[in-house]
Amino acid sequence: MDLPRYHRLTAPYYRLEGQRCAACDAVQFPPRTSCGACRGADLKPYRFSGRGTVYSFAEVSQPPRGFVGPYVVALVELEEGVRVTAQLTDISAEEVEIGLPVEMVTRRLQEKGPHGYLVYGYKFRPCLERSAARRAS
Amino acid sequence: MKPNRDVGIAGYGAYVPRLRVRTADISATWRGRGGAAPAVAEKSVPGADEDVVTMAIEAARTALDRAAVDPETIGAVWVGTESKPYAVKPSATLVAEALGITPHTVAADMEFACKAGSEAMQAAVAFVGSGMVEAALAIGMDTAQSKPGDALEYTAGCGGAAYLFAPADLSLAVVEASVSYVTDTPDFFRRETAHYPEHGSRFTGEPSYFRHTLAASRRLLAEVGCAPADFAHAVFHQPVPKFVEKAGAELGFTREQIRTGLVAPRMGNAYAGSSLLGLAAVLDVARPGERIFFCSYGSGAGSDAFCFRVTGRIEESRHGATVLDYLDRRRLVDGYGQYLRLRGKIRTA
Repeated sequence: MDLPRYHRLTAPYYRLEGQRCAACDAVQFPPRTSCGACRGADLKPYRFSGRGTVYSFAEVSQPPRGFVGPYVVALVELEEGVRVTAQLTDISAEEVEIGLPVEMVTRRLQEKGPHGYLVYGYKFRPCLERSAARRAS
Repeated sequence: MKPNRDVGIAGYGAYVPRLRVRTADISATWRGRGGAAPAVAEKSVPGADEDVVTMAIEAARTALDRAAVDPETIGAVWVGTESKPYAVKPSATLVAEALGITPHTVAADMEFACKAGSEAMQAAVAFVGSGMVEAALAIGMDTAQSKPGDALEYTAGCGGAAYLFAPADLSLAVVEASVSYVTDTPDFFRRETAHYPEHGSRFTGEPSYFRHTLAASRRLLAEVGCAPADFAHAVFHQPVPKFVEKAGAELGFTREQIRTGLVAPRMGNAYAGSSLLGLAAVLDVARPGERIFFCSYGSGAGSDAFCFRVTGRIEESRHGATVLDYLDRRRLVDGYGQYLRLRGKIRTA
């Protein structure tokens, strides 16, 4: 990803910020020029909660240049009903299941070589287990 | 020291990566059989996509979730670290952007070895205490560096915590007083082009850690007019557990007072994040009215000591992940080789 494009995308990349349509109340991600539901143009920034479940997934064992593999890429269904494609982290492919509850974290996506810039963005990980819940069960 | 208006912690959050390396795996590579056991059994290791920025963002998100403070009122973001991802480029702007605090805020990275996080806390207290800003975020976070085979490699861990400071009426713990104590002591340093820090071996003990920790602590006790017995918990910087036990005992704190805030045995020394993580572990269980004693130490050298009093807001302000949640979430790396790769210690070109 080139530098100006990365800089333009910091709101969706860092904060999972999409849009809510002022006309029909639909939410969408990533941000677009018009509403995908009603084609309305009055769109306000909307920050997604970051919580969702794995809708589908695949393991990438031959990663494209600039990425380090193997890693799992998933279609995550956010609790607001929108689906997002993203890497999963803190988990191996064998541990992933469809329906797994996940939460958004901001992680390193790419490193442009030892002298280049770092690209940060959203990934999803299994929801952090609470020790108290673990002790009770 | 005390600001003009009362200030406290309105929200806090911790972070420790999931991975651990067993120090026995490091010993097996570098030491002969029959040597002394390492000071901690295992230490935390960042994942391939983690660094001080990603770790600071997660800790700070928890801190903001717990605080009754609008992110737009936060007027300062400081990240204290000695392992920033960029040698030149602030980590704090990235953290502020991810949290939605930009653009009307002060932001910078603090540098003072393991004291960088508490330095940020002192600055945050002053900024809020003077009325310049309504809230200030102070973070101490590190992915500590260590030369392969060096004594530091057995303890240099990763993690830290974020503290959102705000006026006392919004706080879960109020700052009663703080002190700083610094001298020029070259016990640990890294030159600009060096990959790993150097240290003065035994020189890091008496003239460094103990001198500064004890002096700052005694000064604070005198300023607030309290005895060690007046505190429910005491937290210190944690290079190795026995340093904390010795400093605590010399000051008159019991093992019971230092137990909750001592996280190093389970994750090693998180450098600028070490004492801040200990404080977070204490806040996870503290009760209203309790006093907490806190003293950091950073090479170079200096200590920041704080006296906190927990308020009635604590119970409603600690939802979300605790320090224990992060310590219990652990996965061992596949031996010393994988650890070296994750820490970027293997040169491929």
